[in-house]
Amino acid sequence: MNATTHTATRAEVCAAACADLFRGDGEIVAAAVAGFVPMLGSRLARSTFAPDLLTTDGGPALSGEPVPLGASATTVEGWLPFRDHLWLVLNGRRHVVMGPSQIDAHGNTNISCIGEWERPTRQLLGVRGGPGNTLLNPTSYWVPRHSTRVFTGKVDMVSGVGWDRGAHEIRRVVSNLAVLDFDTPDRRMRLRSVHPGVSVADVVAATGFELVVPDEVPETRLPDAEELRIMREELDPKGLREREVPS
Amino acid sequence: MSSKVLSIEAVVGSLESGMTLGIGGWGSRRKPMALVRAICRSPITDLTVVTYGGPDVGLLCAAGKVRRLVTAFVTMDSIPLEPHFRQARQSGKIELTEYDEGMFMFGLYAAAHRLPFLPTPVGLGSDVLRINPELKTIRSPYEDGRELVAVPALTMDAALVHMNRADARGNAQYLGPDPYMDDLFAKAADRTYVSCERLVDTEDFAKEGPVQSLLISRAHVTGVVETPNGAHFTDCAPDFGRDEKFQKLYARSAADPAEWAEFSDRFLSGDEAAYQDAVRVWREENR
Repeated sequence: MNATTHTATRAEVCAAACADLFRGDGEIVAAAVAGFVPMLGSRLARSTFAPDLLTTDGGPALSGEPVPLGASATTVEGWLPFRDHLWLVLNGRRHVVMGPSQIDAHGNTNISCIGEWERPTRQLLGVRGGPGNTLLNPTSYWVPRHSTRVFTGKVDMVSGVGWDRGAHEIRRVVSNLAVLDFDTPDRRMRLRSVHPGVSVADVVAATGFELVVPDEVPETRLPDAEELRIMREELDPKGLREREVPS
Repeated sequence: MSSKVLSIEAVVGSLESGMTLGIGGWGSRRKPMALVRAICRSPITDLTVVTYGGPDVGLLCAAGKVRRLVTAFVTMDSIPLEPHFRQARQSGKIELTEYDEGMFMFGLYAAAHRLPFLPTPVGLGSDVLRINPELKTIRSPYEDGRELVAVPALTMDAALVHMNRADARGNAQYLGPDPYMDDLFAKAADRTYVSCERLVDTEDFAKEGPVQSLLISRAHVTGVVETPNGAHFTDCAPDFGRDEKFQKLYARSAADPAEWAEFSDRFLSGDEAAYQDAVRVWREENR
């Protein structure tokens, strides 16, 4: 074990896993709207192995450089107001990370409401851009609290379409416990790796449907020393990531 | 040169119960809140509201003004969920037409350009088609033969938008980083009313921002009203940012009937000037 094994927090492991979502994406917009951790991950990817990635400062500015969480872009390389963002969904040069309230085994997701849509028991956001994002763009998900309430057998309202409903690509789900993907013949969710300190049984117990679990489940990679430095000193000096995923 | 300058009361007085009303802005950003507050005080009811929803929807729901909401979301951005909207949905008090954000935009573009619909693949596979059985699909007449959703035009009787600057003739300028869809609302509606932070002489637009910031033409505007701080408590950059403290107070109050009665009594029982005074006093107390 090297030094970082002992020092990387769970949130930092999650952020590095979110950075890995963008490997191979090239020169597209990373729309990591689901929270601090995926936002940090996208900017970390750009700061390290994916320099061509386009990122925003959380507003309509495409920043010239990866921007620290919560800061505004000092150099702006492009303008992406909401209307152009919505057209970009159709254009396709975009990988979005959303936060589902519910997700099923094929990656169908719900952010609209809990219960019957006609009269929900809990009204949530509404479908937002979920239907378009999932149909037309690579989509990943970030779940800061992995539980059977989120990972459920059937979502109450399909706001984001899964692999079995014509999704363009549901790439991965990063949670506070594990990384999951759909690299199975029938595109069912598979346990890709568990974060250090998490057991396979922990993930299975927190998942409300039958997960595909390979015989050997590796540990999620640790961020290297340079990635830790960039997260801690440059991109998230206030430690907002730690608020989202308490260690 | 005719002036279209009106009072808040005159704008709201020209609206009627049962109308389909578009509201510009996005979430808790540059919403025509002064006009929304005035509608809440008025006898108008039974509205169909078409908007990218924020606290405007919440206030209208709380005042019992909404029969149907057409939207893709209701959010206050820094506070994701809108308590009054949630209560209205969970108690079955409003009907809802729920589209994807991009579908909604296509509906605006169609209405703004007098098209019956615009085609998009967005919506296919999702429950948006299940919950909107009136939505129809159309097949591309070209070789691809692709199935697309025909998003119907989101036509509206009147639209309300809030801009940073406007002149007396109804030309209007945004100075923040995002125009949202306000020009589309202005073109989609039979009548559009612009509220603005400050009325300026036409010749002064150039001092305020570049020519591209002149988003709305007087050809699409029926009336203009000057409402300083009129987007409060939503964001109205660069004139002011979102009043996060006040939004928190609003959200907390909206989640509890007793606190809402207190909030209403303090801030919403008088006219716009009384609201702005009450907010000023509250700010002094909570510095």
